[in-house]
Amino acid sequence: MAKIQLVDLAHARSGDKGDTANVGIIAYDPADYPLLREALTPERVKAHFGPLVKGEVERFQLPNLHALNFLLHGALGGGGTVSLMTDAQGKVFSTALLRMELEVPDEVAHRARGRGWKPEDA
Amino acid sequence: MTSDNRTLRIGSGQGFWGDDLDAPVRQMEGGPLDYLMMDYLAEVTMSIMQKQRSRDPSTGYARDFIPLMERLFPAVASKGVRIVTNAGGVNPEGCGEALLEAGRKAGVAGKVKVGVVTGDDLLDRLPQLVEEGHELTNMETGRPITDILEDVQSANAYIGADPIVEALRKGADVIVTGRSTDTALTYGPMMHAFGWSPDDHDRIAQGVVAGHINECGAQASGGNAMADWWTIPSMETVGFPIIEASPDGSLVVTKHPGTGGRVNRAVVTEQLLYEMGDPSEYITPDVVADFTSLQLEEVGEDRVRVTGVTGRPRTDFLKVSIAWADGWKAVGSLVYSWPDAPAKAREAARILRARFDRLGLEFDEVRTELVGWDATHGHLAGEPPSDIPEVQLRIAVRARDRAPVERFSREIAPLVLTGPPSVTGFAGGRPRVQQVMAYWPALLRREAVEPHLKVRILEV
Repeated sequence: MAKIQLVDLAHARSGDKGDTANVGIIAYDPADYPLLREALTPERVKAHFGPLVKGEVERFQLPNLHALNFLLHGALGGGGTVSLMTDAQGKVFSTALLRMELEVPDEVAHRARGRGWKPEDA
Repeated sequence: MTSDNRTLRIGSGQGFWGDDLDAPVRQMEGGPLDYLMMDYLAEVTMSIMQKQRSRDPSTGYARDFIPLMERLFPAVASKGVRIVTNAGGVNPEGCGEALLEAGRKAGVAGKVKVGVVTGDDLLDRLPQLVEEGHELTNMETGRPITDILEDVQSANAYIGADPIVEALRKGADVIVTGRSTDTALTYGPMMHAFGWSPDDHDRIAQGVVAGHINECGAQASGGNAMADWWTIPSMETVGFPIIEASPDGSLVVTKHPGTGGRVNRAVVTEQLLYEMGDPSEYITPDVVADFTSLQLEEVGEDRVRVTGVTGRPRTDFLKVSIAWADGWKAVGSLVYSWPDAPAKAREAARILRARFDRLGLEFDEVRTELVGWDATHGHLAGEPPSDIPEVQLRIAVRARDRAPVERFSREIAPLVLTGPPSVTGFAGGRPRVQQVMAYWPALLRREAVEPHLKVRILEV
């Protein structure tokens, strides 16, 4: 097994509904979807964010899109114009989740490492 | 005037109030189109428009929509492209009147009809609705509406496709609504053109997905797309998304040839997940759509086919968006440079907070961020190294009363000469004191709204 950051396995999009941020996580390679579903439990995601998410974390599965959708309640400092956060609408909240470190089989790590980053020669 | 017998081409022209004003023109000129939808409204937008209208009763809609329409009217008249938009904000009537004048200026008098949809605005009716027993409890917090009734700035019901379909049936070429849902601006034309009945749940649900893809403009055609972003070409001339819809509800997402951006599976998937809640229960005024059975397939360059969405009957309620005045806030910032930039910024923040205490300023919240280090990822960013070249201290406050926030706005500049060294970046002047508009989502029975919806057809 090897360690890899989620950013190399998935891309993401986030948005807001009031004080709740949504984070959609999409596997680059559909073959990695089961692994992501296994690793990214609501408990694990809640623990990753720690004090950044005050409320509960809900998870929804979209195997058809090899994607997971998380609702992070109480994540936006009150939301909308109440919030004092730079990211008051949770636009980049998804990238904070992509920092998470996962244990994956060596061949997955070998295949995926660097996938989420712009190549130096690009 | 459909592009062929079987498909309808519905383009997206604006993803929010303030979007690229050349995009709708590119959509009109870049190839065949049957409809152009433009979404202007977000949760806070209605309260901004309401504030403008309270100062000048002729305003309260997206004003830049009028000069834009001056540019689009000739194509509306000559090509038969019909426009559906919620640019009317809290004053669709005023927007409609301004449109007539713009149409005459554009030389389309006698050739174009404008449809105006009203009845979503609940501000004046709110006390009566509460008296009649409508609870309008905050869906997020459970608070009763009576707590804030006096502070309400705007209140609108999210309305569906019915009035849009009616306006199209009556021959309107340009339809202006208030708080129509973003998605209805796209599936309304589909329901009209294909003659779907209200219980065609699966097909309308396909239309909802089409609307969800169109409602954020270029976000569905390569803008703000994370997957391989560095390979997405020519965003300076990005083509906004176009939905090619078929009578059976199946659809293809695409864009005009020769435009920048990209429409592929990854880009469309990202947009599908934007502001997503429970994907099996995407609630709209016309249908409850289930995204979990949806299938995407790349069927050509910049072409993604969407099938398999299912729908269930609509609920008895409409969502209501209420904005209320909830205090004051201000944001100030200063830039500290190497060496020890983070330590300098943190000491400045400590001094400020200590001065607030000495002045007896009471805030509901004081937030400090080091922009360039922890503003978006918080503690997950770890401790900043002492040798980063620079950091921006951003400090924000919020209070019930205006006075402490006003005082805060005068406390930032003095730090330049009374705090840690190597500080700059105060050229912007004092922080602006802003009123906080809080969002209050609630549900209301449809029969309290629907009899009030009206469609008026005006001749340019």
